[in-house]
Amino acid sequence: MVSFQYKITDEAGIHARPAGLLVKEAKQYDMEITLECNGRNSDVKKLMALMSLGIRKDDIVTVTVEGNDDEAVAWKLEAFFKEKL
Amino acid sequence: MEKLNGKKIFNGIAIGKIKFYSRVENQVVRKKIKNAEEEIRRYEAAKEQAILQLRELYKKAVKEVGEMNAEIFEVHAMMLEDDDYNDSVHNIITSQVVNAEYAVGITGDNFAEMFTNMEDDYFQARCIDVKDISERVLSILIGNSSDSEIGDEPVIIAAEDLTPSETIQMDKSKLLAFVTKEGSSNSHTAILARTIGIPALIDVDIQEEWSGRTGIIDGYTGIFIVDPDEATLEEYREKKEQEIKKKELLQTLKGKENVTKSGQKLDLYANIGNISDLAMVLQNDAGGIGLFRSEFLYLESDDYPTEDEQFTVYRQVAETMAGKKVIIRTLDIGADKQVDYFRLDKEENPAMGYRAIRICLTRQEIFKTQLRALFRAGAYGNIAIMYPMITSVEEVRQIKQISKEVKEELKAAGIETGNIEEGIMIETPAAAVISDLLAEEADFFSIGTNDLTQYTLAIDRQNAKLDSFYNAHHEAILRLIKMVVDNAHKAGIWAGICGELGADTKLTETFLKMGVDELSVSPGCILPIRQIIRETE
Repeated sequence: MVSFQYKITDEAGIHARPAGLLVKEAKQYDMEITLECNGRNSDVKKLMALMSLGIRKDDIVTVTVEGNDDEAVAWKLEAFFKEKL
Repeated sequence: MEKLNGKKIFNGIAIGKIKFYSRVENQVVRKKIKNAEEEIRRYEAAKEQAILQLRELYKKAVKEVGEMNAEIFEVHAMMLEDDDYNDSVHNIITSQVVNAEYAVGITGDNFAEMFTNMEDDYFQARCIDVKDISERVLSILIGNSSDSEIGDEPVIIAAEDLTPSETIQMDKSKLLAFVTKEGSSNSHTAILARTIGIPALIDVDIQEEWSGRTGIIDGYTGIFIVDPDEATLEEYREKKEQEIKKKELLQTLKGKENVTKSGQKLDLYANIGNISDLAMVLQNDAGGIGLFRSEFLYLESDDYPTEDEQFTVYRQVAETMAGKKVIIRTLDIGADKQVDYFRLDKEENPAMGYRAIRICLTRQEIFKTQLRALFRAGAYGNIAIMYPMITSVEEVRQIKQISKEVKEELKAAGIETGNIEEGIMIETPAAAVISDLLAEEADFFSIGTNDLTQYTLAIDRQNAKLDSFYNAHHEAILRLIKMVVDNAHKAGIWAGICGELGADTKLTETFLKMGVDELSVSPGCILPIRQIIRETE
């Protein structure tokens, strides 16, 4: 199990479009990926649930990856957050 | 007769029947069914069809309103593939043994409710998206046709507000104009009106009982008239007539050469600021794009646009223009344009500050990313690059050194690049004065008259108090232009004008006499200038 933290820099937070891209990215990996923010959790592969967390700019999210090769996937996801969110 | 004021979005006059457009929601009835598996298959088929429709809408929207505005349809398709949404529909069908319509209706309501209760405005507004996707699946299940039917007769559409899918699906040949109560000048409806060129007003207090009555939209003044009296109707018919004649005259100029009676030719290109302007470029028969402002890529983004993101856009423009020249200006951003992630310091005098090429030469990673994207896109069409805010020969040499490195890197990596012309903007008095030296280094000149005028006359165009001192036709400017054109020709390169002055029809003849090779103007100005050129001796 590997986790990383990230502070959202996108003005609109995790809004529809990047949430959609994040789900797409996460669905490539056959493992459990969860995101925690302000005490609430969501499966990163679920678009509506992810959007319902209402994550805004400057919120800190913790992403946890569990499964084979979790380190490499966490690294890829972290790069994704840095680029898109 | 009733006269109302609204905010104008696109000019023009429309006279016709008003159609009040209101959303029809599908009526859902709960029915027991026999075979839950069969019902789930029905749902899955409808969902697949809805996703296909959304993919089509996305493609249609990219063409009509540009990629940025089309993305909403891509998100809608993703929402329909959401696990929780689908689990909910499946679960209602199997546990209650009821019809798919009911399951979709309830699921849509529940998810919409979830967003309605969120604190943030942005997320609250997503409830419309959930309703929109659920309605789409329901229409397929129930067998209702598209809910954006207009009818056979061309109409003025009056509505409280229109969703992106509603406007995109409307038959454009039946649309005379839009009048809405809500919306902004950047709404989907506004963008569509501008793109297809029909009059539109917003902020008009729409009444449902207007439906079927006659309306007049005056997109020049922002007036909307319901039930006009005979005299008003006559007045507007005449105005419309004149408008049509003017348009027809211009249409006859399409496909014609920009050539004077004595045979002098000039290229007429278009200035654009976004990929969505391409439709106007083609409609107005531009010979190419003389100024593609690449800033929108940076302004509409929350972080530095990547090489691939830029490449996609440049390639799309190059391909759309099909071999015609596309001159792309590199990043022209300064403290006067808000781009947070550039973290530029506030400046007393941003017009003369840290901007454009000055940023590119000191933060070369940004510059190189853009150049790589441009050179790669060069393989797909006729791209030229233009560098802004040049004041010295050294700057141009430095730029050429960087662009050479970029080209060599791409070549070493086996990536194809096009044969790209590299020119500079002449928009500082310094550049104009040393244009003989600069002409040795550049492939072409494009004169940016807006900045050149403000720097030469030392007049801030944003300051209304200075208007009485301002003379757009100041002899100093005309002499500088002449000098730049002469110096270009002496060195065997071409020179054009891409500032507002280029579209000034009072100067077209003067520019022809000076031997200006190209004028780049907003798309709507191309045909009127062509007319003047063809009438010149």
